[in-house]
Amino acid sequence: MPVPAHLPPEPDVRPDATRRDAVDAPAGVAGPAVALFATCIADTMRPSIPIATVTLLERLGCRVSFPERQTCCGQIMTNTGYWDEALPAVRNHVETFAGYDYIVAPSGSCVGSVRDQHAMLARHAGDQSLATAAAAVASRTYELTEFIVDVLGIVDVGAHFPHRVTYHPSCHSARVARVGDRPLQLLRRVRGLDLVPLPEADQCCGFGGTFSLKNPAVSVAMASDKARHVRATDAEFVVSVDHACLMNIGGVLHRQRAGVRTIHLAEVLAATGPETP
Amino acid sequence: MTARRTPEPGSWLGIPPFPKAAPGALDKAEQRRNLRHATTSIREKRAERADEVADWEQLRTAAAQIKDRTLRHLEGYLLEAEGAMTAAGVTVHWARDGAEANRIVTDIAHAKGIDELVKIKSMVTQEIELNEHLEANGIAAWETDLAELIVQLGNDLPSHILVPAIHRNRAEVRDIFEVQMGRYGAPAPAAMTDDPAELSAAARSHLREKFLRARMAVSGANFLVAETGTLVVVESEGNGRMCLTLPETVVSIVGIEKLVPTVEDLEIFLKLLPRSSTGERMNPYTSFWNGPTSGDGPQDLHVILLDNGRTNALADPVGRPALRCVRCSACLNICPVYERVGGHAYGSPYPGPIGAILGPQLRGMDDPKDAALPFASTLCGACNDVCPVRIPITDILVHLRREAVDHKKAGRPSAERVAMKAAEWAMAEGPNLERAQGATQAAGRVLRDRWIGPLPLPVASRWLGARDTAPPAARTFRRWWRDHHDEDDR
Repeated sequence: MPVPAHLPPEPDVRPDATRRDAVDAPAGVAGPAVALFATCIADTMRPSIPIATVTLLERLGCRVSFPERQTCCGQIMTNTGYWDEALPAVRNHVETFAGYDYIVAPSGSCVGSVRDQHAMLARHAGDQSLATAAAAVASRTYELTEFIVDVLGIVDVGAHFPHRVTYHPSCHSARVARVGDRPLQLLRRVRGLDLVPLPEADQCCGFGGTFSLKNPAVSVAMASDKARHVRATDAEFVVSVDHACLMNIGGVLHRQRAGVRTIHLAEVLAATGPETP
Repeated sequence: MTARRTPEPGSWLGIPPFPKAAPGALDKAEQRRNLRHATTSIREKRAERADEVADWEQLRTAAAQIKDRTLRHLEGYLLEAEGAMTAAGVTVHWARDGAEANRIVTDIAHAKGIDELVKIKSMVTQEIELNEHLEANGIAAWETDLAELIVQLGNDLPSHILVPAIHRNRAEVRDIFEVQMGRYGAPAPAAMTDDPAELSAAARSHLREKFLRARMAVSGANFLVAETGTLVVVESEGNGRMCLTLPETVVSIVGIEKLVPTVEDLEIFLKLLPRSSTGERMNPYTSFWNGPTSGDGPQDLHVILLDNGRTNALADPVGRPALRCVRCSACLNICPVYERVGGHAYGSPYPGPIGAILGPQLRGMDDPKDAALPFASTLCGACNDVCPVRIPITDILVHLRREAVDHKKAGRPSAERVAMKAAEWAMAEGPNLERAQGATQAAGRVLRDRWIGPLPLPVASRWLGARDTAPPAARTFRRWWRDHHDEDDR
């Protein structure tokens, strides 16, 4: 059964006053209870991302649960034009997470879909009560870096990642979820990490969900430019908060045998030792 | 059949739907470079000019609200504008579609025995293909905007709203001028180089002859003020001013969404438009006209108020904000898809993000070319943030995708639909997804850590043609969680 948090829901404020410079929540001390929205893509393709998210949040004093009924935000269907087909996923998502105060996902894109699309899809289907419930769930849903910086008030998560990395601000994290510079605030405080700016960072990598299949040539043209910029940084890792973009960028880099790996920000922030994840 | 009088333009009809047209455009190395250079420099200028306005975001909001209010009460404002223009001595015509508008222009010219006219750059006349209609009726229409002249003389099609010849560089322009100018009027000077000053001097003397001879001009309008009936044209080169002062007759074709209620409202738009389009604080020439002035300038003024599908968009509450568009092109210049593919692949004079939402609304989605346009975007959202009238472009794209799919659902079931139905089932509840993950985990166990390379399979090759993919996980997160956590954490 879902375990609702004891704490009242936090409004979406930027709590500078409560910000702590370093982790000071000893393990075992009850922080906020968090329901993890793992996202279907990370769950299936790269479980190390949600595992790292759990590790990180627990280290920061949170009590993490994983409601197993969860599936997907439905964005792949919604953005391909299949709204009727997306609705069961939306309904399932809303019912699964209705009882939680903090819902956290390691994805700007999936959080963006929850916030921007769920209530709209419900209204389109004529289901006003689902729309209301979806809006309520959306208001309690956080992208991982928003949760760490805004709710926990932490920017130094005690990570150690001694590598040269560059950061790709995924479009949906930047322009839909609007996470701003929170990922960079967190990255800058990772010990040993050499952060190199990515040229033309705000340009889309060309993934675009089914765009990559409907217009593969254009998608690849964009991805190869992104890969070129990544390579120009001479980084070992390209970091993002969205695995879908990393699959696209990493797919090109791997085909090129570029020797640059992709890594999700959660995996960087979870790392505490010098060993490569 | 008599010989043509103006250069034959390229044909939109010969361009296939976007997914088929785009790969060819991507292969044009010189065009890629021209587009990359031009869009990058314009969008950087735009960002600078927007950033220096302290209340930029409020101006955008105000512009969106003014346009929305106008559209909500469009009938009233249109009648108000008609009344004001008629009182000022302008002849007002109404046109349901392009064919009606074209016929009105032709009739005006024929009634006066006019067989050639000059044109101010106008998107709406591109939309209704006025030039070709006039050509077919024995009337030569000469473009006087420099970029439109390049397109016209180049037997070409416009590929950008503001900079229709953006796909050409100056060496190409030089070649077009050298070969074509003499065929249609004053020739280019001998030994002309591709220096921009020389090219514009050649255009100036080529056009001067046409300005001085023309008895009629055709324009669009950037704005039409309802309370006063004032027409406004915003331009950079002064060719518009020439067209609006020299000929005796001026016919202006105005889409019904161009209205603003009052002169005061213009203040907002004249701040937003130049900064958003050319990245200038103010454009060089802004012309206002309000009916004829006796003994000075054109004495016979006509305005054609054109629908041509705009009321379709007006009837759709989600799609309607597309009618706020002031044709600034900021969305084109910021769009990563447009930057690489250029405008022609969009198959109409309205390319880029705004074209992808406007075209299908104006024309409907019966034509596969129009049905493909809402999918010609990664939904990266860069366009939303630069739009001076806050059109939620990506929301409208997704809305039109649904309409395109619903349109298609009436037909045969497609592989895509089968895949989406499968996804619907898998994502409907956790246990279903877990069952589907049985297959991905099996694949993950077989592949271990081996990446998947090129595979000549349909659909999969669209990804794997140029991108490898890591194998799916041999053990999903939810399996990991179950192995590591007690029942009460779930």
